[in-house]
Amino acid sequence: MKDNVVFVQGNEAIVEAALYAGLNFFAGYPITPSTEIAELLSLRLPQKGGKFIQMEDELSSMCAIIGASLTGKKSMTATSGPGFSLKQEAIGFAVMTETPSVIVNVQRGGPSTGLPTSGSQGDVMQAKWGTHGEHAIITMTASNNQDAFAVTVDAFNLSETFRTPVILLFDEVVAHTRERLVIPKPDEIKVIQRLKTSVKEGTDYHPYLPREDGRLPMSDFGGVHRYNVTGLAHDMWGFPTTDSTTVYNLMHHLVDKIQGHTKEIARTKEYYLDDAECLLISYGSSARTALHVTEDRRLRGEKIGLLELQTLWPFPAEEVKKKCLNASCVIVVEMNMGQILHEVKKAIDDPEKVFLANQINGSFIKPSDVLNIIRIIQGRGA
Amino acid sequence: MAVKDYIREKFFPHIWCPGCGHGIIMGGLIRAIETLQKEKNDIVIVSGIGCSSRICGYLDFHTLHTIHGRALAFATGVKLSRPELTVIAPMGDGDAFAIGGNHLIHAARRNIDITAIIMNNNIYGMTGGQYSPSTGYGEFATTAPYSNIDHPFDFVNLAIGAGASFVARTTTYHVTSMIKIIEKAIMHHGFSVVEIMSQCPTYFGRKNKFASAVEMLKYYRDHTTPIGSKDKKNNPDLIERGIFIEKEMPEYCDEYDKIIKMASKGE
Repeated sequence: MKDNVVFVQGNEAIVEAALYAGLNFFAGYPITPSTEIAELLSLRLPQKGGKFIQMEDELSSMCAIIGASLTGKKSMTATSGPGFSLKQEAIGFAVMTETPSVIVNVQRGGPSTGLPTSGSQGDVMQAKWGTHGEHAIITMTASNNQDAFAVTVDAFNLSETFRTPVILLFDEVVAHTRERLVIPKPDEIKVIQRLKTSVKEGTDYHPYLPREDGRLPMSDFGGVHRYNVTGLAHDMWGFPTTDSTTVYNLMHHLVDKIQGHTKEIARTKEYYLDDAECLLISYGSSARTALHVTEDRRLRGEKIGLLELQTLWPFPAEEVKKKCLNASCVIVVEMNMGQILHEVKKAIDDPEKVFLANQINGSFIKPSDVLNIIRIIQGRGA
Repeated sequence: MAVKDYIREKFFPHIWCPGCGHGIIMGGLIRAIETLQKEKNDIVIVSGIGCSSRICGYLDFHTLHTIHGRALAFATGVKLSRPELTVIAPMGDGDAFAIGGNHLIHAARRNIDITAIIMNNNIYGMTGGQYSPSTGYGEFATTAPYSNIDHPFDFVNLAIGAGASFVARTTTYHVTSMIKIIEKAIMHHGFSVVEIMSQCPTYFGRKNKFASAVEMLKYYRDHTTPIGSKDKKNNPDLIERGIFIEKEMPEYCDEYDKIIKMASKGE
């Protein structure tokens, strides 16, 4: 077997990918089922001169990675359910200050302490709206180790490109499933480095004045440009302001820089879509079940297909609309009460053809959970 | 360099009330940094939320104005990723010891080389005068209209108990020694805590029958005494000021560098 082929669990794949993408600083707090990420990084990061710290709580872990990121280091934290709730205020700070950062949330059953060792996809809406105030954010997911690796590298790239926190919304099933992973060779996947300002020392640098393309070149803390970073509404200098025009422009910039690039950020995978009359839409570990159902029913000659979403936010509404056009029925497969279901209904012209196949009892969603819904839609009874 | 070379004049006037002690602390901090002849590019100021936190905007260093209580958590990220930088975290009393108390005790335990400056005005000023963890028993605040039944923290003893390797207390009345103490705290290689008693005439003063900022400064003069003074023996109610603890201990970033050396050998 080649050196770059390993048999690992999802959390290990995430670690390998983060290191591949240039992770240099990790802060975290122990929580199931994401803890292996912290354990592994405590071993691996110092080997390459990077820094690992176990902070006193979830809030401070998020704060610490923002501080590190401002000094120019690629930074990440990892958590699960309750920890994700606790990090939300600081995630909003990263949104407002446009600080690149990657937040892994290995979802578990909730609310509250819920089911710490069970899979769930209950945090989809929290990823989008967990922190207060109007904003946009990027959230990605994957259904297997190989894809988890790819989207994790992608998360770092998007975070640097758009100067935004990126949420990696995995779940217990993906995180703890052991399977084959082929670690890409260096340079096989493009790794994007931070865009730094070319403004010379002694010339005014405006940290929050977007270029024409909407991007803001950064300057590291400790570098030649001294500027203010604040969670308050701020002007191009990073100084607090309540000026209505400045605030208006800031708010639009924060939302537009992400919503305006939905197409560029969208990652999807397609299985048997060309002639699909019944279309499954799924993401994360649920997509494994959806794929099993699709392949199984295809063998029986049924015209069924799967659209797997890897980008959840910004929601790829246009693409979903296009793919649903020719389907007579659309079934969203997820482990919650329909958090993506409603996004799909909003995206298409005939929402009455969209149904939900779900599971929220802590067990991993089974093919029969989906098949029962298909039978009901077909009028054959569950 | 002159004092004005350390401030961002274009962001003035500042938001602090007439008579507020926070400007005196900012002046003291600048003079300490001036004396130490630190490069401006090597200094990072990290603050939380409240009147104190606005110090960030006015100082011409790398400045990070964060969220309530978490200044030290952000500062830890900055310091650990760039240990060669001088990191100073000015915080309010509520900021540092109520909502942010956990971060303070853990930063002290780690002995990470950050200077925490507690601008203690015994009240939540920004939100209009609510009682803080340093508002005294029997004192008044907008949320203690009948008098405060909470007992205050002794910040110095708390910091010592948490393991801080440098702990000091001073006041806005004792400016000369305040500057010296800040200098020593910045030079100290480890976690340092400096509590600076700072008057809030607008809220604490008004609620507690101090006629003016000057009356509050006189209170600091008359009710504090150098550590171990004869006056303290005669009047145990006097608040001691000076450097309580200054000791050598392994510093966190140095320790992590050792981990890196160990880990790279193993690879």
